[in-house]
Amino acid sequence: MTRATTPTAAGRNSGATSDDVALVSHARRRERARAITVATGLALAVTAMLLAALAVGDFRIGIPDLLARLTGQQVGALQPRIDYVLFDLRLPRAVTGILVGIAFGLAGSLFQRLLRNPLASPDVLGVSAGASAAAVLAIVAFGASGFAVSAGAFTGAVAASALIYALAWQRGISGYRLVLIGIGVNAALLAAVSFLMTRADMTDAQQALLWRTGSLYDSSWDHVTALLGCLAVLVPAALLLARALPRLQLGDDSARGLGLPVERTRLALLLVATGLIGVGTAAAGPVAFVAFLSGPIASRLLGGARPGVAVAALVGALVTLSSDFAAQHLFGDQQFPVGVVTGAVGAPYLLWLLAKSNHAGHGE
Amino acid sequence: MTVRNPLGIGALLLAACALSLAVGTKNIPVTTVFDALTAFDPDRVDHLIVTERRVPRTVAGLLVGAALGLAGTLIQGVTRNPLADPGIFGVNAGAALFVVLGIAVFGVTSLTGYVWFGFAGAAAASAVVYVIGSLGRGGASPLKLALTGAALTAALSSLQSAVLLTDPATHDRFRFWQVGTLAGRDPEVVGQALPFLAAGIAGALLLGKVLNGLSLGDDVARSFGQNTTADRVWCGLAVVVLAGAATALAGPITFLGLAVPHLARMLAGPDYRRILPLSMLIAPVLLLVADVLGRVAARPGEVQAGVVTALLGAPVLVVLVRRRKPARL
Repeated sequence: MTRATTPTAAGRNSGATSDDVALVSHARRRERARAITVATGLALAVTAMLLAALAVGDFRIGIPDLLARLTGQQVGALQPRIDYVLFDLRLPRAVTGILVGIAFGLAGSLFQRLLRNPLASPDVLGVSAGASAAAVLAIVAFGASGFAVSAGAFTGAVAASALIYALAWQRGISGYRLVLIGIGVNAALLAAVSFLMTRADMTDAQQALLWRTGSLYDSSWDHVTALLGCLAVLVPAALLLARALPRLQLGDDSARGLGLPVERTRLALLLVATGLIGVGTAAAGPVAFVAFLSGPIASRLLGGARPGVAVAALVGALVTLSSDFAAQHLFGDQQFPVGVVTGAVGAPYLLWLLAKSNHAGHGE
Repeated sequence: MTVRNPLGIGALLLAACALSLAVGTKNIPVTTVFDALTAFDPDRVDHLIVTERRVPRTVAGLLVGAALGLAGTLIQGVTRNPLADPGIFGVNAGAALFVVLGIAVFGVTSLTGYVWFGFAGAAAASAVVYVIGSLGRGGASPLKLALTGAALTAALSSLQSAVLLTDPATHDRFRFWQVGTLAGRDPEVVGQALPFLAAGIAGALLLGKVLNGLSLGDDVARSFGQNTTADRVWCGLAVVVLAGAATALAGPITFLGLAVPHLARMLAGPDYRRILPLSMLIAPVLLLVADVLGRVAARPGEVQAGVVTALLGAPVLVVLVRRRKPARL
């Protein structure tokens, strides 16, 4: 959990009576308790989903056998088959799903909170579109596949981000200007993608569509190792930097007044979020809507509590993992890539949360 | 050159129409174009190209542009979110999904067929968005509307890609609808959409005062005696009619509805009674110029207007955003 209780200037206001202080600290404690409950619940759900993903399939592995093999005990005659299915096929795919989900959930909510707009996720501001444009270009124009597409996607995401930042820079960055320029860049890049799709031959177009939807089909231990290496740096950095978000959200001037190096913090946050998107997209394609959905779902699960980005990361992992499970097993013989289902799983859940929410305009 | 007043933009619009009539994949002298319009001779191929192809196409560009510019301004005003575009009501996703189903399930292959599927999809999706967005105690708050629309778009797009991934033949047709273009819109297709677009445009222009009220926030608007719920319904209805008909006619051209309101706001200031007409004039200028450029850029083929609009409009947006302080919502 992030420490969601950074004191604000108002909390230290010397004019407050001791009753006020008690009231505020009581509310803070309740927020914190709820955040911990939600995070624990999500972590348990991810674990349960992980076990389900490892156990279920054409070759069913019993939970006792599964737990035995995961902890390194022998299970008898079926062991070679279990090991192949478990360690070569299912585990890398499930772990990739979790890691990609964490990356997207984290990046999405960083963008949304940094720019103070729940619609301002990287898939709206051109970062994911940069990855898509580069990857589709690689597939359609150069017949690339595998690593080349991944490398293209990462480069595309970083290049699009750099372009947006450079265009929005004018003696500093205003969040509003960044958002407007982001949607411009996004539109141009998506137009380029649509255009490439009309000029491609049908096989390439279908392959490009598959990539743009996002899938975990290519997951392997190489992917997992690379992902883990990148996330080991990016995730702690994101959680650390996210502690400045409550101050940044007060507006640039107030944040500066509180002694925050605004430009540097914002640049660092954008760099980390872009890195997360780039890494996730390189591994699985721009899995649809995980980055957009995770933040709003997290902030509604937390109710009035301050939305922590770590909860959004867990939501991302859960949405990706359960979507991949649904995509593999819910449609009979027909298997879908995970990106087909993320929207169909996450969006109705957000809609349901929105519909039952009693507090008008809470959250971000 | 100042283009700040509506007259300047109006002149630009006339010029764009003239260009759209005069320039095309086939070189036709300006005098012949003029003849075709004043002394039409059905035996001359060049005359037929002008009246059967370029005139309906120009009319379609005018209507679609005006509709999308207005719809974008309305939706950004209602949701008070600079990232909202008509698609945020699920209009594009609904239209796209219905067109995909029309192709895949009902075997529709013609533009005249797409129009009705697109329109029905747009209407159905936005009705769902509005109903879900107004559940709960707060009613249809801007934030809930925007989030609901984006979430529904996500859900519908998932269904759409599920169909496309399992049915390559449908994908093959759909990818050409999806770019958004004015090409091949003959008088019949334009005629189908015309009544909706005309009604929507007329209605939208009357909503300036309503938007001014909503832009002050719900509480202030209510204290002035405005019925904010009814106002949102009217604005929503206008958006659906405008964006639904435009999308049905030309396919999803997303950029206009998103960017034009920002351009208009920068030029006209905060008064929606000026922003609305200005959006209505700016958007078709961009769309027609983009369409003309698309015709000449890749002769003998064409680049679709939806592509050129975004590629051309994005730099315009960037330059304007950098040169002026963007007007906030």
